[in-house]
Amino acid sequence: MEARSNTAVGVTLTINGVERNASIEPCVTLLDLLREEFHLTGTKKGCDHGQCGACTVLVNGTRINSCLVLAVSRNGSEITTIEGIGTPDELHPLQEAFVRHDALQCGYCTPGQICSAIGLISEGRAKTRDEIREAMSGNLCRCGAYIGIVDAIEEVMAAPKRKTVP
Amino acid sequence: MRRFEYLRVASINQAIERLSDEPGAKLLAGGTNLVDLMKYDVATPTTIIDINDLPLREISETSDGGLRIGALATNSDVAFHPVVENRYPLLASAILAGASAQLRNVATVAGNLLQRTRCSYFYDVMTPCNKRTPGTGCPARNGLNRNHAILGASQDCVATHPSDMCVALAAIGTMIIVQGPNGARSISLADFHRLPGDTPEQDTTLQNNEIILGIELTPAPEFQRYSYLKIRDRLSYAFALVSAAALLTIDDGVISTAHVALGGVAHKPWRDTAAEVVLVGRPASRGNFDQFASMLLLRSDALSENGFKIELARRTVVRALEQAASRTPQSQSDKHIH
Ligand SMILES: Cc1cc2nc3c(=O)[nH]c(=O)nc-3n(C[C@H](O)[C@H](O)[C@H](O)COP(=O)(O)OP(=O)(O)OC[C@H]3O[C@@H](n4cnc5c(N)ncnc54)[C@H](O)[C@@H]3O)c2cc1C
Ligand code: SF4
Ligand code: FES
Ligand code: FES
Repeated sequence: MEARSNTAVGVTLTINGVERNASIEPCVTLLDLLREEFHLTGTKKGCDHGQCGACTVLVNGTRINSCLVLAVSRNGSEITTIEGIGTPDELHPLQEAFVRHDALQCGYCTPGQICSAIGLISEGRAKTRDEIREAMSGNLCRCGAYIGIVDAIEEVMAAPKRKTVP
Repeated sequence: MRRFEYLRVASINQAIERLSDEPGAKLLAGGTNLVDLMKYDVATPTTIIDINDLPLREISETSDGGLRIGALATNSDVAFHPVVENRYPLLASAILAGASAQLRNVATVAGNLLQRTRCSYFYDVMTPCNKRTPGTGCPARNGLNRNHAILGASQDCVATHPSDMCVALAAIGTMIIVQGPNGARSISLADFHRLPGDTPEQDTTLQNNEIILGIELTPAPEFQRYSYLKIRDRLSYAFALVSAAALLTIDDGVISTAHVALGGVAHKPWRDTAAEVVLVGRPASRGNFDQFASMLLLRSDALSENGFKIELARRTVVRALEQAASRTPQSQSDKHIH
């Protein structure tokens, strides 16, 4: 990558296990790169200001808001988006649990909720229901599916580990 | 967002040189405040100096029993560090009371210190604002000021500093280590953030061409009595209306040290060491806490919409001190206030 530029800069990211390159302006956020350049539109733009969590993805395994991150500053990182989590035939345990617990209505917040919940589980900090609620408070759901969301996460946390968790 | 040049620096000196050469350049740490302000055109840097490759993430104990925390350590790294959890639980608690898990995973110590006010006029470039554009006026003074300052405000600006982390740092006692073209210096947290006066555009005493290297916490004994109590409009993911950080040492029911800082009430974390002295040597009782809180707020001033914050602050201080005294610090996940 060129060190200094106000025009296009090259970035290389490993997205859902696949290495991808793009030439972008430094002002492009990770969220816009994913959606506009790579057409990975599973990651949603809710507020674009860090206030809703719809854009949550995992960067090197850590959950973050992709709307407040300049893509160039994460050059070389591994990104996991909802497209890299489960398949229609073999859902991720959290996706199964979300279905089972009615943890969504319109579904707009769901990709962010699932990525956030995967981050929460790998952080290993939240244990109680209160702690899960607090640790998920960065993901708003305008449909108010919160009870189902926490139920789903609690269930997956209690279940014996399966190997599909990325 | 305005266009800018992107420069990823490999050394601290390179960052300082560029800051010195180009007044419009800005450092990028986590970006959770700067990128947000750039989206609103409130920040319009000509160059973004990305410092994320600099070796400033380390957290290590100092020889005198304090703790040194690198400028780029994330808020999550700090809150979950074993030494912080054991010896500075007040700091861990305050950090976990702020923002969201996703934001804390990215936000850094230096970025948190330098985050700008959340005054809605400051964010709206269509309105005047002395802090954003000096000399244009302060619409908040007689406008929407429910979240604004009750202590230390000026004619020119009534904004508050929004950080939770900094309130705990103020109570603990913290030095900010910075480096500029002429070498390194330390600034105590009390002198780092400023009151607005007639230059509200300056949030801190950091110079334009200085970079924060890290912070150093005053040595702290294990298992202190502490509490961080944050009052806000919703239970999570909201800035403080008022918050209080309390640290107490009590021997045989008598207070030997009391450190109390307030957040959400002023242009900087608010601490009054002269008032704290009054608590020393007295029993840890509600009456004494009440008296102390009244002293702390003696010079408070209400704006048109925020008068409720004075009584709220008084009660928050008393409750935080009671929680500290009884070793029942406020939980940041169970939001009931006991
Ligand atoms: C929706 C939302 C809710 C939030 N809620 C809270 C809350 O409840 N409580 C709270 O305390 N905070 C809250 N925050 C603010 C958050 O804590 C800050 O955005 C964060 O701490 C900034 O850190 P950063 O590393 O991302 O800073 P950046 O955005 O990278 O930088 C901020 C400023 O610091 C400067 N800077 C960074 N590093 C250095 C350095 N080493 N030396 C000199 N200058 C430097 C930058 O140039 C910039 O001016 C919230 C933010 C959002 C978006
Ligand atoms: S309070 Fe300060 S930041 Fe808000 S409008 Fe007035 S000058 Fe601007
Ligand atoms: S779109 Fe990123 S937090 Fe809302
Ligand atoms: S399911 Fe509609 S916003 Fe959450």
